[in-house]
Amino acid sequence: MAMTDKQHTYSHDDDSVVVIIGSGAGGGTLANELAQQGIDVVVLEAGKLHTRSDFLADEWASFAQLAWLDKRTTSGSFRLAQDFPNLPAWIVKSVGGTTVHWAGASLRFQPHEFQALTAYGAVADANLLDWPLSYADLAPYYDNAERRMGVTRTHDNKGLPGNNNFKVMHAGAEKLGYSCNTGHMAINSENRNGRAACQQRGFCFQGCKVGAKWSTLYTELPEAIATGHMELRAESHVARIEHDDTGRVTAVVYFDAEGNEQRQKARLVAVAGNSIETPRLLLNSASSRFPDGLANGSGQVGRNYMRHMTGSVYATFDEPVHMYRGTTMAGIISDESRHDPSRGFVGGYEMETLALGLPFMAAFLDPGAWGSRFTGALDQYDHMAGMWLVGEDMPRDTNRITLSDAAKDQYGLPVANVHYDDHPNDVAMREHGYRQGSELYRAVGARDIYEVPPYPSTHNLGTCRMSERAEDGVCNAYGQSHEIANLFISDGSQFTTSAAENPTLTIVSLAIRQAEHIGQLMREGAV
Amino acid sequence: MLTTSLTRRVFLKSSGGVLAGTLALASGPIALLAPSRSWAMSLDHLSSHEGEVLLAMTRQIFPHSELEDAVYALTVKDQDRRAADSETLDLLQQGVAELDAAAGGDWLSLAETERLVQLEAMAGSAFFEQVRGPAIVTLYDNPLAYAHFGYQGSEGNAGYLQRGFNDLTWLPDPPKPAGGYLPNESV
Ligand SMILES: Cc1cc2nc3c(=O)[nH]c(=O)nc-3n(C[C@H](O)[C@H](O)[C@H](O)COP(=O)(O)OP(=O)(O)OC[C@H]3O[C@@H](n4cnc5c(N)ncnc54)[C@H](O)[C@@H]3O)c2cc1C
Ligand code: SF4
Repeated sequence: MAMTDKQHTYSHDDDSVVVIIGSGAGGGTLANELAQQGIDVVVLEAGKLHTRSDFLADEWASFAQLAWLDKRTTSGSFRLAQDFPNLPAWIVKSVGGTTVHWAGASLRFQPHEFQALTAYGAVADANLLDWPLSYADLAPYYDNAERRMGVTRTHDNKGLPGNNNFKVMHAGAEKLGYSCNTGHMAINSENRNGRAACQQRGFCFQGCKVGAKWSTLYTELPEAIATGHMELRAESHVARIEHDDTGRVTAVVYFDAEGNEQRQKARLVAVAGNSIETPRLLLNSASSRFPDGLANGSGQVGRNYMRHMTGSVYATFDEPVHMYRGTTMAGIISDESRHDPSRGFVGGYEMETLALGLPFMAAFLDPGAWGSRFTGALDQYDHMAGMWLVGEDMPRDTNRITLSDAAKDQYGLPVANVHYDDHPNDVAMREHGYRQGSELYRAVGARDIYEVPPYPSTHNLGTCRMSERAEDGVCNAYGQSHEIANLFISDGSQFTTSAAENPTLTIVSLAIRQAEHIGQLMREGAV
Repeated sequence: MLTTSLTRRVFLKSSGGVLAGTLALASGPIALLAPSRSWAMSLDHLSSHEGEVLLAMTRQIFPHSELEDAVYALTVKDQDRRAADSETLDLLQQGVAELDAAAGGDWLSLAETERLVQLEAMAGSAFFEQVRGPAIVTLYDNPLAYAHFGYQGSEGNAGYLQRGFNDLTWLPDPPKPAGGYLPNESV
């Protein structure tokens, strides 16, 4: 039985419902938080409803099952535009969104990262800004999010056991004087809340069959349905948001599973389609009143697209490692996440264990490469350890999502073009990270070291950013758009800056805070 | 996939060719998976010679000295499937013909170093990319390659918790609490 079989349903003309677009980290959490308050919610999700038993322990087959493969285009000098011109981002189109195949790393931002402009000062060719909220404002919501997601090493959840890949990282960290543990992971280290402990399958990126890893698919969404206040409509791709003469949004138009156009009325609309689709939808909703798209009076919709400074370091050893066994990413070093401009860049980065299966290793190690250096790495696949570098990248006006002039999707809607140029700060940070990662592995006897370029972006941020002043961004500290009171941004698009840490814990915390605020505004009749 | 012998069906095919070989290593991980040492694969669109050139070319692009031809043959089989599209078939056939012409008749007669020189010259061409691009997926995404390179694939489905997720012994075990706890282990 599908979890939606017995759900409460709402009519298309019901204009009292809150419509949420997207069911991932932001949308799924918001839906549950609103439903728990007794607010009626309709979630429209473009992807299919899969269950845990559908998940495949096969990298390419799973990719075909879960990934967002609708067309996108790219431009700019970042290497992805050349390596994967139509796959700028590696994210999910499925109920549960990218929480279906995220790795689970759940780190809080550091207090200074909410004040990037103040802490770093102005950086040339970057559009730094302080968040309109502080660490202290978000701290109680971080607490709440960690509890519900069962984040290890917080609130009495013990740490996950380290796998072979972790052992190598840990040994290298000791040599370099770094501190390293199995991280803050939203993965059960023991049976908890009706979900099993991690079985160390190593297919976190393909969907966690045992449900040890938090995903809205089997936590927030069924909980919301159980309240009788939420209807989930899968395979419902939203095409545009409509508004009335007063400029309030009133309905969303979407294509259902059969490709038929439907219109759902709404009292309030929250957009959580991840940071490429969210601005695309606002831009595609342009009208005579809002010719540049909804909530875009500032011209900031789609700008300041961030994808994190990323890169990976893999190293081979004389003895076997079998890095693919066990949790994909459970080993974290935070020593380089501090802000210390003496390293030649502002902001910092995290070092996190990462393993890919053989098929993805071949695809991502050095896209386009061939010959014996390339194959020499794969010859040592089972003797290889690896880490991912993830750090703060600079928001830039010119790094942005725009609508393609020519390319259209299966519904005839202009697709998103993703433009990104690495900032010199990103480049300096990546080089530092490559160096430190290589040093770490050399310290434990690495044979060969491979500096691996960024994968299609797993973290997509900032395209509808929060700002104190309306002219600097798209929404306020609660994700409410500056221009339209009943239109909210509820995903990572809200991020004013990217910070060094993986974003999802912050997306979830913001969604919890936003839900509280929306409930209050609705009770007051303000929206 | 691998068949025990050249089947009747293979010989009855008129349009396509056949790729065949014998496993080089009698005892490698692949030999354990294979039903017999000799293998054969029918082609629907490409000729035997075209298949052999493509196999040799793929081997040169992604050289693994100890990887069996039987695994490279999977990439040729994949190309043969793609060659159902006539444009792709043209591209592949012309590419092979050019290689042969540059070698004065048969590209396979060249020494490996000479082959490499020619491939380097054509890297990035439509033909080269048509061979390289799909092969990066096909060559490494099959059970034979998994066995050869030491990736356990879907064996992980059941979880490595009891199957060696932390069996590395050549480095010291990280201390607690940094190293974490097994599900049934108390803090
Ligand atoms: C391989 C991988 C590993 C990751 N690991 C980590 C990690 O360890 N830690 C971490 O913090 N983060 C991680 N992330 C990132 C994390 O998954 C995302 O940050 C997070 O899921 C984003 O949440 P979101 O709500 O913005 O979007 P998503 O979770 O992507 O949800 C958006 C949903 O909206 C739907 N949608 C889009 N457009 C429309 C439309 N027009 N109509 C209807 N529906 C639409 C999409 O189908 C999707 O389901 C990882 C990501 C990947 C890909
Ligand atoms: S390693 Fe753990 S979290 Fe990852 S898929 Fe397996 S059981 Fe789930």
